[in-house]
Amino acid sequence: MSFFTVKQPGLLTLIQDRGRYGAHNLGLTNGGPLDPFAFDWANRLLSNGINDTCLEVSFGGLTLESQVDSSIAITGAEVSCKINGQLIEQWQSHAIKKNNLLEFGYTTSGVRAYLSVSGGFKVPPSFGSSATVVREKVGGLRGDKLQAGDELPCTTGSTERYLSVAQADRPQYGNQAILRVVLGYQQQAFESLQKLKFFSSKYKVTDRSDRMGFRLEGNAIHTTMVGMLSEGICHGAIQIPADGQPIVLMNDRQTIGGYPKIGSVIPIDTAKLAQLQSGSSVQFEEISLEEAHNIHTFHQFRYQNSIPLNHKT
Amino acid sequence: MKIEIAGHDAFIVYFADETSAEVSALIQAAVNSLNTQMAELLIDLVPSYASLLVIYDINICDHFEAIKRLKLALSDLSTVDMALGELITLPVYYNIESGPDLPIIAEQANLTIEQVIDIHQQREYRVYAIGFAPGFAYLGEVDPRIAAPRLTTPRLKVPRGAVAIADRQTAVYPAPSPGGWNLIGLCPTRMFDPDKTPTMPVQVGDRVQFKSIDYDEFILLGGELGDEL
Repeated sequence: MSFFTVKQPGLLTLIQDRGRYGAHNLGLTNGGPLDPFAFDWANRLLSNGINDTCLEVSFGGLTLESQVDSSIAITGAEVSCKINGQLIEQWQSHAIKKNNLLEFGYTTSGVRAYLSVSGGFKVPPSFGSSATVVREKVGGLRGDKLQAGDELPCTTGSTERYLSVAQADRPQYGNQAILRVVLGYQQQAFESLQKLKFFSSKYKVTDRSDRMGFRLEGNAIHTTMVGMLSEGICHGAIQIPADGQPIVLMNDRQTIGGYPKIGSVIPIDTAKLAQLQSGSSVQFEEISLEEAHNIHTFHQFRYQNSIPLNHKT
Repeated sequence: MKIEIAGHDAFIVYFADETSAEVSALIQAAVNSLNTQMAELLIDLVPSYASLLVIYDINICDHFEAIKRLKLALSDLSTVDMALGELITLPVYYNIESGPDLPIIAEQANLTIEQVIDIHQQREYRVYAIGFAPGFAYLGEVDPRIAAPRLTTPRLKVPRGAVAIADRQTAVYPAPSPGGWNLIGLCPTRMFDPDKTPTMPVQVGDRVQFKSIDYDEFILLGGELGDEL
């Protein structure tokens, strides 16, 4: 059997595929990569399927030992990565041999890095997906984050992969982001002055942010709403609890909840938010549903047209 | 009925301002209609007390198409069947040992513990929503006499199978978790079992009735009393 052995699990390393869909009726949330765009590139660099299983390495600190000859790629947050002590470049494929040590340092820009292996990690799906949701104890291995000694099954793959992402197509992770919002849900319960405040203030990403939701801090927003029935929460929804501090709900959110919501952040921007360290600042920008769909379509188009380079020398 | 944007790939349909058995049946009819008329566009549906969240695949249709199809699927819900959904009976071992909040509820309601247990079994509840945790079904509505507010300090650990009341809702905890609901008994039926098909004995729109069992039956049905409650 081919596999990688976990020597050091890092702070938060999770087995993830594209996420769990169609299981909200059981109360199961989505999981999946917080930054799907970096995740997709990790698979694409190895000519994997789009839903192949990768690792989401948050903050870094992961060390794996390879028990297989194959190829790997690391995308997402900037982090020093070494194979047997040799620094390797991110956003490109690399050969890895049996007994090689793959070491991650700690992220210096961005928070979530993605590690793919040729053919993907072979983790049996639960409810149609390998995505780990720790809160639900579902997916991954034991429904939990990686621990030292875990074995990550995979198959022997080609060591002859030479794809890299063009410099111009590699994202830059900073300490601020614009979060574009489609107004929705209880938006009518927020008076125009409150909306004005919401869209013109800067908010700080707090350290009480996780895969369920990103808690922001700044000008409090108030609603005229008193009490509401719990209802379905979509990805990116912005919940405004009684203290007026927005929470952007992410991949591991509860599927229903009873706090007023002003609208939802589009996924291209939740991916940016997920790469921000606490203390970073964000600002909301209102867009129409039509703009949101255009942005999505153009983004897909640009991604498809970003042809990976060949770095074979 | 009112349709609002929820997100870039989701609409939410509000059927009423308040919940009721009729509203719940209407939502169930809507779920069935969407599943037959636009299944290929749907990613997920989240029915709840008085609303339905509809998440669609924006890689195969835009919002113009989605809303058109949604309105069409919602336009003909004339065949709302109040008896829709299955009637499921859940056995409960009601006892001070398994339901440590029974005395408080009884005291607040000026009833005996036996009366509280009887009242809880008298109604047929409807599954209004599933969420909070995998397999957690919100059932409503309990008789106002035994409605009890959430605990001021939630318990750190509520055992699997705990039958609980919060305001006019009742539920069975599918897995051990922290919780602030009032505990009145233990149900030996697994509410969420990943290895079983179906995973859950109930789904939204079903009806649930509770039936008192004694300790021996409880153990026979696979129940376990935890170390502490």
